[in-house]
Amino acid sequence: MTSPAYQTSIGPIHPAFKEPIHLKFDLKGERVLKADFAPGQAHRGVEWMGMRRNPVQVLYLAERICGICGVTHALSFARAVEQIAGIDVPARAHFLRSIACELERIHSHLLWAGVAAHELGFDSLFFFAWRARERVLDLMEKWTGNRVHYSLVQIGGVRRDLDAELIRDIEEALAFFESVFGEVRRCFLEDDTVNLRCRGVGVLTQRDALELGCVGPTARASGVPADVRADHPYAAYSFVRVKPVMPDAYTGAIHGDVYDRIVVRVYEIAQVIGLVREFLARLPEGPILAIPRIPALLARLKKAQGEAIGLHEAPRGEVLHYVRMNASAAPEAWKVKASSYSNYMAWVPMLEGEEVADIPIIAASIDPCISCTDRVLAVAPDGGRRELTKADLTRLSREKTRRLQQKRGAK
Amino acid sequence: MIESFLYLVVFLLLAAGATLFGLLFTGADRILVARMQGRIGPPLLQPFYDLAKLREKEETVPAGAAGWLFRACPAVAAAAALSLCAFVPLFGFRVPGAFAWSGDIVFALYLLLIPGTAMVVGGFASASPYAAIGAQREMVTMASYELPLATAVLAFAWRLSHAGVPEPLAFASFAELPVWSLLGPLGAVGGLLLAAAVAAVVPGELGRIPFDSPEAETELAGGLLVEYGGASLGLFHVAMAVKTVAFAAMAVALFCPYDFGLWAPLAFFLKVGALLFVSVTLPRAAMARLRIRNVAAFYFTALGATALSGALLVVLDAFIAGGAA
Repeated sequence: MTSPAYQTSIGPIHPAFKEPIHLKFDLKGERVLKADFAPGQAHRGVEWMGMRRNPVQVLYLAERICGICGVTHALSFARAVEQIAGIDVPARAHFLRSIACELERIHSHLLWAGVAAHELGFDSLFFFAWRARERVLDLMEKWTGNRVHYSLVQIGGVRRDLDAELIRDIEEALAFFESVFGEVRRCFLEDDTVNLRCRGVGVLTQRDALELGCVGPTARASGVPADVRADHPYAAYSFVRVKPVMPDAYTGAIHGDVYDRIVVRVYEIAQVIGLVREFLARLPEGPILAIPRIPALLARLKKAQGEAIGLHEAPRGEVLHYVRMNASAAPEAWKVKASSYSNYMAWVPMLEGEEVADIPIIAASIDPCISCTDRVLAVAPDGGRRELTKADLTRLSREKTRRLQQKRGAK
Repeated sequence: MIESFLYLVVFLLLAAGATLFGLLFTGADRILVARMQGRIGPPLLQPFYDLAKLREKEETVPAGAAGWLFRACPAVAAAAALSLCAFVPLFGFRVPGAFAWSGDIVFALYLLLIPGTAMVVGGFASASPYAAIGAQREMVTMASYELPLATAVLAFAWRLSHAGVPEPLAFASFAELPVWSLLGPLGAVGGLLLAAAVAAVVPGELGRIPFDSPEAETELAGGLLVEYGGASLGLFHVAMAVKTVAFAAMAVALFCPYDFGLWAPLAFFLKVGALLFVSVTLPRAAMARLRIRNVAAFYFTALGATALSGALLVVLDAFIAGGAA
């Protein structure tokens, strides 16, 4: 084999990715010699917008950082702001937040399972996983009025309570997910073709996972027992012990391959079922908001001064929000570090040395959330990059409007 | 003169019928898979709508492509697939003495290679790295299923020639004297192994899951077809539909030549439909895509060994058990 290496790209737009990201490869035949990636294809300036709004408005913006996590970013942001303003969240609200987080974990992992199956060309499994996921979305819609962006979290608590009927619905859904867990475990972990495609593929060693600062299931599958719920308990996780799910629970050993990342996510579905049952059993009575009246809340926040970090174990791993407030309506600084930001770098050691056929499943195995992570960039025709400021974007959009108007005028 | 005109009419009818049946099967396959996945699926006639839409669509030739070659390949693929209809027994008709220029089963096997080869050439001609990887994979796939396929065909033909049939490679000979009637118990086991091997070659020959790595949507975005669009892509679809019917018809002619007299057309549809359901529809719903390395290992090593041992059993059966030679 003396064929020269050639370069190819996957993305920014490619069927393997549901969001734009650019992976670059040096290939030799079917083998990946060198891997690199270029994020930043879909930035929306969320942090910039957030620094021009009051914290209650930012909550709704924060929810929309991610396409599927309705609690993750709002909760991390709210936790940071609550620490700065010294607001004590009522116990019942802590439990309701955790219940929503865990239900979200089920639907996120099922969504991921479906995507992974699709990457492998196993569409029956993809449809099965996504159909089961609908149950969580329906449940959340009944509870909050929305399938994805729930607007559940409020600074100082939650906006919607659970009544007896909803609790019964959740219990029924948990029973349903017990059977789904059995099916998913059988279909993913015992299927021959899935085993053939995922075992020993895309290995991330424990050392690499530690050095690259990986988080969530990606880190746990490589033997790093990191889980914010266990390491820095918050919300109702302070009342209930959470044990990080490690792949040796099923395989008896840790390989750090794609298969182990599937094992961790599949077994976290079972973990969620147990956790939600425990939360429901111990759900305290009481108020769900520390400061129910919005004007009073805003007045309190306007006086707040200081900085804080809000951590949360999202389905993909640790999410970090840094907020600084300086006695004004809007936060002075807001920095979001999504879980995928910590996991992107793991792609390089995972992909190098693997086959072209394994690129999609390895790329998907960290469950990348690109909308959560992206920063502003534009690719110039000469391959160079430059940042677009607000003035640039305004000018570009005005130019486009004018072009459209002139076109219409010409007709 | 009149005779050759008649042949032309018969050929055109057969080719039209095969295209129709192939596209209908594609539609039925999509519905069946959808139902297995808990979906409703597209209308039965969706492949026809797709073709009508593709005919309207603009075609682009990528910069850097070998333009004439890129444009010629879809036509070559469709022409080769359609000409198969002249040689493979279709729809249970036995046109007596037709096609004096008729080729035998080996000829049909070679003809069957052309659509795939045209896709490979078209892929390379399109100058896309995705298409180039897809084309390499298609070549590897074709090379690796050829061993089990050829072994199976030749083993059955050999058994006929051992029984003194003058033209053991002609489709008609298989129909007149079904090989199964010559096989003892040992040979029957061998025959079943060979039939299973050919059934497993079907999805590879047609580029379907789990052997669709040359197209591999989520990896190569369509692989060797990635740059094709419009009528050219439509021609490839037609070629694939006809190839589906022709290849299934060949397998059926070899391994299940019983045609039940007047019921022959119905029997043909049932046999071909059943083979395609088992070999194409079910695996597509129940499996993930294999890597090209796994495909080669499966076809060349595992299936090659299966076919060779099947052939060995057929030969042993002929010599030891005596058979009805």
